Amino acid sequence: MIILEWLLLIFLIVCAIAVSISKNLLNSVIIFMSYSLVMAVIWVLLRSPDLAITEAAVGAGVTSVLFFLALRKIGQLGHEKENNEAK
Amino acid sequence: MLGKLLLNHYEAVAVILFGIGMTNLLMQRNLIKKIIGLNIMDTAVYLFLAAKGYVEGRAAPILIENGSGGWLTSSELYVNPVPAGLVLTGIVVSVSVTAFSLALALKLYENYGTLNIDEALLKMTEEQLELETTIENAEEDVLV
Amino acid sequence: MHRELKIVWKNFFNWVFGNGPRPENEVIPVEPPPDLPFTQKPKDKYSRFHEATLKERYEQWLEIHGLHIFAVLYSGLSILTCVVIVCLLLATVAELPPFGHERNPANNEVIRRYVEHGGHETGAQNIVAGLILDYRAFDTFGESAVLFTAAVSVLMMLGASRRNKIKNAPSLKSDGNFPRRESPFEEPILRGVASLSIPAILMLGCVVVINGHLTPGGGFSGGAILSTALILAANAYGFERVHEFFNERTFIISSSTALMIYALSKGYSFFTGANHFYSIIPKGTVGNILSAGLILPLNICVGLIVAGTLYTFYALFSKGDL
Repeated sequence: MIILEWLLLIFLIVCAIAVSISKNLLNSVIIFMSYSLVMAVIWVLLRSPDLAITEAAVGAGVTSVLFFLALRKIGQLGHEKENNEAK
Repeated sequence: MLGKLLLNHYEAVAVILFGIGMTNLLMQRNLIKKIIGLNIMDTAVYLFLAAKGYVEGRAAPILIENGSGGWLTSSELYVNPVPAGLVLTGIVVSVSVTAFSLALALKLYENYGTLNIDEALLKMTEEQLELETTIENAEEDVLV
Repeated sequence: MHRELKIVWKNFFNWVFGNGPRPENEVIPVEPPPDLPFTQKPKDKYSRFHEATLKERYEQWLEIHGLHIFAVLYSGLSILTCVVIVCLLLATVAELPPFGHERNPANNEVIRRYVEHGGHETGAQNIVAGLILDYRAFDTFGESAVLFTAAVSVLMMLGASRRNKIKNAPSLKSDGNFPRRESPFEEPILRGVASLSIPAILMLGCVVVINGHLTPGGGFSGGAILSTALILAANAYGFERVHEFFNERTFIISSSTALMIYALSKGYSFFTGANHFYSIIPKGTVGNILSAGLILPLNICVGLIVAGTLYTFYALFSKGDL
């Protein structure tokens, strides 16, 4: 159990550093999603099931979907801009 | 000090995560990464609060039946419920803050075509200068 | 010796202050014309090589290198700030009482009160639900209001601009097929899976909302699960189908009604509780579905607000309006 705790905590730190290092925005959003999922497991270990459910649904689900949508919209806008410039 | 930190490992990790998130917030020039750094800071604070409420060997704060139709209400049995309530509030507020700042970033992208805050600032100052020169020209025209 | 010193001093003086006062309105070439050697530069007044003063040179140097130096200084200072803050906090954490100990100062008489009397005072089996929706219900009310405000402001920011752009400048980048596209994935597999899983997700969300006072969960997590069902429906069947029963009008009406019900019922409950009046709201027996006084309807209100808000965020970010 102690080993699992330490593994999860170290995974959190590695994720947080990887988010700042990674060059690709999509990669960093996916890493942040896994960070939220591991955080949900840690809430279970800390005996807070309410937080675990909320974090899994809100943090890992909806926040990441919002980030993905923002990225898609930016890609879309950039794409359209390139098209306009090409015209 | 290291031994004491090992006793408080959740809090130590929360503080380190806070530092990483703050570095992200200050150093990254990309707005999306800045917002992710803000989220990491949020979760670090939540982790600290929830870790302070944890008590070794106690159950989650949901009442347990005592076998004869009643409920076990001894406070020796359950972990601290107050941090869970606080953090629950915080998670939802952080989602709304994230959505709002993402919307702001999208508006910035629509206007300036970049998510890099330096380039956006540069374009902003250029626009300001252009505006000032056009105003000056208009004033000169009026004077002439 | 004396003369040499004087020349050296004059050179130094020129280096610092430039050679003489600068004539006004003069066009000064910053560097000598490249085809002439340095010694043969013209002595003409208007094209004379003006030796820059130290201040001007400093400004030029700053213009060229200043941004780089600022960037380096900024990143160094920010890393230093973060490291200092982390070290201070770590030193504080090392002095905190040990993790998970039952005699920690956080486990004081407030917690004992909440745990020992929470069951029969609020009627909720889940102490956290009783805490956030009964003892500290105005806190949660403010939180729902924050969520609603965020949704409305995002609606104003992303929705209104699109309408204006379409009206005023149709050639801007807001047109194209993206906002009007029905569904990004019109695939039979996605539709089949969605038709199987959407009822299950909806039921899970309802269970989490309605059992909020008995099991972990409640309005926030259940509302988020409900909104994921809506998002899946929008992806599989297109926004038009979801728009039939959930549009801007529905969102505003349902959210503000839920907020009003929350405020009024909780205001009544606080009024009677504070003045020791008789409250008509029954507490019920702990452990039943229909128990815990106001917690069940409040959970449903919060779930409605959260589900509507999160779906609104999704719709606004993907197609620009609700």
